[in-house]
Amino acid sequence: MEAQTNKSPALPYKADIDAGAAKSRSALWKRIRKNLDLYLCLAPGLVYFFIFCYIPMFGLLIAFKDYNMFEGVLKSPWNHFAYFKEMIHLPDLHKIIRNTLMLNVLGLVFGFPAPIILAILLNEVRSKYFKRITQSLLYLPHFMSWVLMGGMIYALLSPKYGIINQALQWIGLQPVYFMGENSWWVTVFIGSGIWAGVGWGTIIYLAAMTTLDPHLYEAASMDGAGRWKKIMHITIPGIMPTIVILLILNLGHMVSIGFEQPYALMNPLVMDVADVLSTYIYDLGIRQGGFGLTTAIGMIQSLINLGLILGANYAANKMGREGIW
Amino acid sequence: MAQQAETANRPMQPVRRRYSMWDVSFNIFNYAIISLIAFICIFPFVNTIANAFSSSHAIQSGKVFLWPVGIQFDAMKSVFWDDNVIRAMLVTIYVTVVGTAINMVMTILTAYPLSRRDLAGRKYFMNYMIFTMMFGGGLIPSYLLNKELGLLNTLWSIMIPGAVSAFNVIIMKSFFQNMPEELREAAIMDGCGNIRYLLRIVLPLSGAVMATIGLFYAVGHWNSYMGAVIMIDNPDLYTLQVRLRNILLLSQMDTSLEVMQQQGKLQVIEESLKAATAVFATVPILIVYPFLQKYFVKGSFLGSVKG
Repeated sequence: MEAQTNKSPALPYKADIDAGAAKSRSALWKRIRKNLDLYLCLAPGLVYFFIFCYIPMFGLLIAFKDYNMFEGVLKSPWNHFAYFKEMIHLPDLHKIIRNTLMLNVLGLVFGFPAPIILAILLNEVRSKYFKRITQSLLYLPHFMSWVLMGGMIYALLSPKYGIINQALQWIGLQPVYFMGENSWWVTVFIGSGIWAGVGWGTIIYLAAMTTLDPHLYEAASMDGAGRWKKIMHITIPGIMPTIVILLILNLGHMVSIGFEQPYALMNPLVMDVADVLSTYIYDLGIRQGGFGLTTAIGMIQSLINLGLILGANYAANKMGREGIW
Repeated sequence: MAQQAETANRPMQPVRRRYSMWDVSFNIFNYAIISLIAFICIFPFVNTIANAFSSSHAIQSGKVFLWPVGIQFDAMKSVFWDDNVIRAMLVTIYVTVVGTAINMVMTILTAYPLSRRDLAGRKYFMNYMIFTMMFGGGLIPSYLLNKELGLLNTLWSIMIPGAVSAFNVIIMKSFFQNMPEELREAAIMDGCGNIRYLLRIVLPLSGAVMATIGLFYAVGHWNSYMGAVIMIDNPDLYTLQVRLRNILLLSQMDTSLEVMQQQGKLQVIEESLKAATAVFATVPILIVYPFLQKYFVKGSFLGSVKG
């Protein structure tokens, strides 16, 4: 501010600017002083984000260096993009990226509409108790660990003792080796994702439905609209903005995949479809110590992710909706 | 939220009797399909509980469905006698209690100042925090950071790196923001400072959101597997999920590799042992769940998300 005003002394309202700046500066100080205790409250959180989120971002330098544990990140020599060159020739990487995208896309195609449909059905339920009880049951899988879910899925689908295969045999079919065949494994992966998320996913749509004007439904009834018509012409258009936002947000996460679900469900027989970026980075980076290479892979993934999220948020804003933030 | 949806639907009943036949069949279909989905959702849990208390013969012949057949308590007993599992349970309880306490204190301390519109620089602090939700260093740099800080192989490594969730801060911040500004003005008039206002007025009024966010943090700690498996090698510090995974993995490998053909019986004993461990590891959540689920079913949580 000062530098600027010094450069243009000829301006007639310099004095005003100075006075205004001084005034606003002292006002700012006053505001900060008044809430000094709030800044103290905020400090631990800011320090936390700096240490555990921003420092690892600097740690991405490892991807460009011959990282040596004893010399540290800064002193290790540059490696002229060796990891990025190596990455292109990695035989598995192509497969890993394909698997990640495939599971994400299938998960979106089948998993995204499921909570919408369920929320519409739940919204048509009139019995308060029925609704409350079923909602409690539907939300439950969301609170269970993937370790447990994976264990239960393996038990249920076991070719010998699993209840599903027992049932198949009982109706005269051959037992199916669900977790050992690629296509079945993918089906189970997607299905288990829906199982875990469908109930919880209804919450946001049910919330959107409560904001719809009851008079719309009344007016539609007056005009002779039935249940189906009301769903099609009031409920669905009413929650459409929510649907669009969530769809965009989901598209923004297409290159990232959780660790625990694939890790809990994978086994050596299906690695051709089950190995995804998160599990690959864990295996190659931490188990085998390939820090630099996996940091490079992770960095590319994070960058694509950032681009997608920004794009998604931009799209959401463009559509006249408030974005995520 | 349930109420509103109902008032939305209720008035139409008397208006059009013509649709009642269709209405009735729709209702039957709707209730049936929702019941079916809810049943599918919880069936695996019920089946697992049943398996934990069933005889090996019953499991082997596929008789166990919703309730135990040929009741036995040996599997559960052997879980209780397993020092490793009990130890893991204590470790997990410790991590959950201490970790959640750290989470809550940190989240409140971060969220409250950010909820104040008169906080100079609020926008910058928000962006500083939100950016961490969009971009990160990834697994390896975080792992190396923990190593540098000497957190590896300590329980801090699973409690500290996730101490504040930016997402939860935003939820809590929105909730605080929705409190009437007049309340604060009145308190300030009476000579109440920021901290006292937070402790005496804001927090007592935010029971629902605190319970919900606390539940999320606690369940997260209880269920977390990745952190423990990456950061901790010391078997004495294994969490329940790591132990559970090791026990479940045993027979997962067996079924996937089909090597247990001749050892069928052993397998089945393990089947109920696995189930018993799973039940043991999940009981705390099942106990807490009914008390807390009313908060998010009622939607007190949602209001804050939308705000």
